[in-house]
Amino acid sequence: MACSVWVLARTPNLFAVVVLSGIYSFLMATVLVALDAVDVAMTEAAVGAGVSTVLLLGALHLCKSEEAKPAHRPWLPLLLSVATAAVLIYGALGLPDFADPNAPIHQHVVPRYLQNEIDVPNVVTAVLASFRSYDTLGETTVVFTAGAGIIALLRRRKHPKSEGSSDGK
Amino acid sequence: MESSLVLRVVGKLLIPFILLFALYVQFHGDFGPGGGFQAGTIFAAGIVFYALIFGLDKTRQVVPDRLVETMLAAGVLLYAGVGVAGLLLGGNFLDYFVLDQDPIHGQHRGIFWVEAGVAITVCGVMLKIFYMFASRGQSEGNEE
Repeated sequence: MACSVWVLARTPNLFAVVVLSGIYSFLMATVLVALDAVDVAMTEAAVGAGVSTVLLLGALHLCKSEEAKPAHRPWLPLLLSVATAAVLIYGALGLPDFADPNAPIHQHVVPRYLQNEIDVPNVVTAVLASFRSYDTLGETTVVFTAGAGIIALLRRRKHPKSEGSSDGK
Repeated sequence: MESSLVLRVVGKLLIPFILLFALYVQFHGDFGPGGGFQAGTIFAAGIVFYALIFGLDKTRQVVPDRLVETMLAAGVLLYAGVGVAGLLLGGNFLDYFVLDQDPIHGQHRGIFWVEAGVAITVCGVMLKIFYMFASRGQSEGNEE
């Protein structure tokens, strides 16, 4: 993964960048499988490696496939990202150990989720669709809003010159 | 791309199974990994695969724009509709226990419909974004 990220950052060819980010997503999916998060891994493999690669290739088709020369030195963004990474790593040091059963997150509502009072064997689905269905409704609305935004941005009117406001539907 | 025989044959062989796998992920989400988000994406990926091999116009005949746009909104409406159904049957918003005589069965029913709504919206959005990008490239190519 580190290798693919290194090449990703160095290569000027955007086509290679898209393919490499697909590879990165697949590696990320395997990491998530190793962490026992099969649902997330599935999403990562399908969205990150599959659909978004195709979408990026489609976007690449619309523009040049070579990276433009940066207008100025990227020192400030580099400093900013290194600082953010340092803060995040510092924060991660304070987290409880991986798979520690006494961690606070396992004490609060999780025991009730795991009692499985609604008899759905996959706890992820139970939490996602039942216990936290308000959140999931919000997420679905976000996805819908993204789609609506894309339509609003990219829709071509059939007759651009006649009636600027009508949508040609 | 359309002339490649290998791609067409492999695509014809694989696409039904991709779509079937999406439905499996959808309906088996209660028991194994999976659910609406994953199923919607896999379904959309299957159709995008079809579009890559057979061209956008043929895909638009199979899955027309109007259907995709309807899916976009229908999923959210289905999801919210489950919530309102719970409301009408005397529970809270998105309360599944009242959807059936047996509360557990009601939960299963609620989860089923909610996941279906998520899958429909996600699939619609993915396809719509793909259509938008692909058709933009196409029309640009025709103009210039």
